[in-house]
Amino acid sequence: MTTVYQEKDTLAPPPAERKNIFGWMLKNLFNSWYNSILTIVAAYIIFVLVRGVAGWVVTKARWEVVPANYRLFLVGQYPSMIPGQEDFIWRVWLAVYLLAAITGLAWGIWVKKREFVSWVVLLFPPLVGSSPYVTNVGLKLVGKLYGVTDVYQFPGFSAKAWALMWGLSATGLAFWALGRAFGRRLARFAVTMLLLYFPLAILIIGGFGEQGWFQAIPTRFWGGLLLSLILTIVGIVMSFPLGVLLALGRQSKLPILHSLSVVYIEFIRGVPLISLLFMAQVMLPLFLPPNVVIDRVLRAMVAIIMFAAAYLAENVRGGLQAIPQGQYEAAYAIGLSGFQTMTYIILPQALRTVIPVLVSQFIALFKDTTLVAIVGLLDLLGIAQGVIANPKYIGTQREVFTFISVFYFVFTYAMSYASRRLEKALGVGER
Amino acid sequence: MSDNNNPIIICRDVHKWYGDFHVLKGVSMEVMRGEVIVIFGPSGSGKSTFIRTINRLEDHQRGQIIVDGTELTHDVRNIEKIRMETGMVFQQFNLFPHLTVMQNITLAPIQVRKWPKEKAEAKAIELLKRVGIPEQANKYPGQLSGGQQQRVAIARALAMEPKIMLFDEPTSALDPEMIKEVLDVMEELAASGMTMLVVTHEMGFARAVADRMFFFDKGQIVESGTPEQIFHNPQEDRTKLFLSQILTH
Ligand SMILES: Nc1ncnc2c1ncn2[C@@H]1O[C@H](COP(=O)(O)OP(=O)(O)OP(=O)(O)O)[C@@H](O)[C@H]1O
Ligand SMILES: [Mg+2]
Repeated sequence: MTTVYQEKDTLAPPPAERKNIFGWMLKNLFNSWYNSILTIVAAYIIFVLVRGVAGWVVTKARWEVVPANYRLFLVGQYPSMIPGQEDFIWRVWLAVYLLAAITGLAWGIWVKKREFVSWVVLLFPPLVGSSPYVTNVGLKLVGKLYGVTDVYQFPGFSAKAWALMWGLSATGLAFWALGRAFGRRLARFAVTMLLLYFPLAILIIGGFGEQGWFQAIPTRFWGGLLLSLILTIVGIVMSFPLGVLLALGRQSKLPILHSLSVVYIEFIRGVPLISLLFMAQVMLPLFLPPNVVIDRVLRAMVAIIMFAAAYLAENVRGGLQAIPQGQYEAAYAIGLSGFQTMTYIILPQALRTVIPVLVSQFIALFKDTTLVAIVGLLDLLGIAQGVIANPKYIGTQREVFTFISVFYFVFTYAMSYASRRLEKALGVGER
Repeated sequence: MSDNNNPIIICRDVHKWYGDFHVLKGVSMEVMRGEVIVIFGPSGSGKSTFIRTINRLEDHQRGQIIVDGTELTHDVRNIEKIRMETGMVFQQFNLFPHLTVMQNITLAPIQVRKWPKEKAEAKAIELLKRVGIPEQANKYPGQLSGGQQQRVAIARALAMEPKIMLFDEPTSALDPEMIKEVLDVMEELAASGMTMLVVTHEMGFARAVADRMFFFDKGQIVESGTPEQIFHNPQEDRTKLFLSQILTH
């Protein structure tokens, strides 16, 4: 046998670096006198802040307010809280299970690469379930530092809750396997389901008719995370077509269409969301006949959709401008009409470049929806205010708002992490 | 109407301005069915602009353009009709990067001519064989070499079964070793009787297949004639100068 020439033998290894932590600190934190001073000052500030907060966390905070209101935070007063009435929480679970099934299916069909993020998504429900235990370990550790022995410990979830969470993962896995096995043959079905999912979920949760399993549940009972998510999803899904139309309108050569779009986009972008929400609550009735009463949640939705559409339009416009003139010319030259050129050539390419922006807009909107609390809706933040106002939990602002902040952070970070990895895996955003 | 002795393209005194800039200053040309026309001239002389007025990618502001009996006006129906009958190949290929080769070729036949998918795909396979890359049907344009992309672009234009093919410097963006594969396809097309208008500086191609050549300068046709006349007996000084410049390297 001849020896195989190996390229790596010929390459010199990079010069060895000091790998230990002191080497790193010397190189990055104390490499000059002003950097050293900055490091020390910053370290001191961090120390003071953490000491204050951590002490409060393990000694004074009354964390029992959080687990006592889990359900309120998640779904608000979604029927069940009303004594003597049937509990319809299973409808929320049904919607979540459907989501798990569709996500699993789509994942099996389209995500081919093995990615760590798949595990994160698959195990997301039990991960959420184990978060109290993780928090408890942290609390104990910090407690030790402060010499506190009886630090607060969060109660775990009930066996039923655990079963439901593992059930979600199992459902996702089963449908993933299905997607894997049948692959592209299920693609059309999966796309249909993806498109149908949001209206379907809202139908399941909102219900219809007077009686029965799916009887209508008025929006004043929607609340907590459920309401925040519904507002966000409806906002993104419904603003999408409107935003695309506005972007096309702004590009249009027809002067009226063009100026209407520009005025709309610039007006909305120049107004804070909160004032749009107020306008929708107090001004909308002025435009409507006196006997028409619109739901308060619906009013907020209208404002959010109008708001999101203007920003989306600008993002789509960016995508449109990135399409070279040659694409239009080639499309016209083979005889496509202006409409066909848009539908088959320009928009598919423009929207592909916009997907990553869309995801970050979704996350931004998720945070922005907290403003509906100010106009009196009981979204996650609204519920938090309600909990604090409860005489039983008087004086627990810090605990509740800390919980809400951590919750928002974990949720949005998880979303942006998952979407970033997913974009990589699917190669979207590239042309 | 379309008997074979009538010109398929008639341009009479075509003028075009970009703002104040007079790009086309009275271009007149008649092209017979099956003729291969080569247009050449210095950069900025208006060659691209002229060839693009024929399928209305640019509009002209004075004069008349009649393609296969239909005059180009602002009437959208006329424009649609003429675009269905003319294919165009661009310097930068302009393939649709989000569609496969097959989809690139079948899109217009399916959407514009309303052919069933099977018919369009059969036609596409036939055309891909004709341009010599039947095995690339399911790839995306980004996965092909420049020469292959340009041949797909030719197939895409031919899929609409046009009567006229317009080429705007189809080989200028190609590496030298790929130029020939595209020119071979174009020569075969010319031999098959297609009416072709080709903007090119490939003088070998012009000599081999052109019926007539037009020399453009400063928005006007300075000189026209058979390749024989243009290469061996040019009348105008500007033509001589330009030919001497491009033929020496
Ligand atoms: N959209 C436009 N707006 C203004 N001027 C233009 C535009 N397109 C082309 N021109 C100008 O018109 C003139 C003719 O351009 P054209 O592209 O037709 O030249 P060409 O003969 O094809 O040159 P080349 O060999 O460089 O392709 C050039 O001076 C160019 O700068
Ligand atoms: Mg040109």
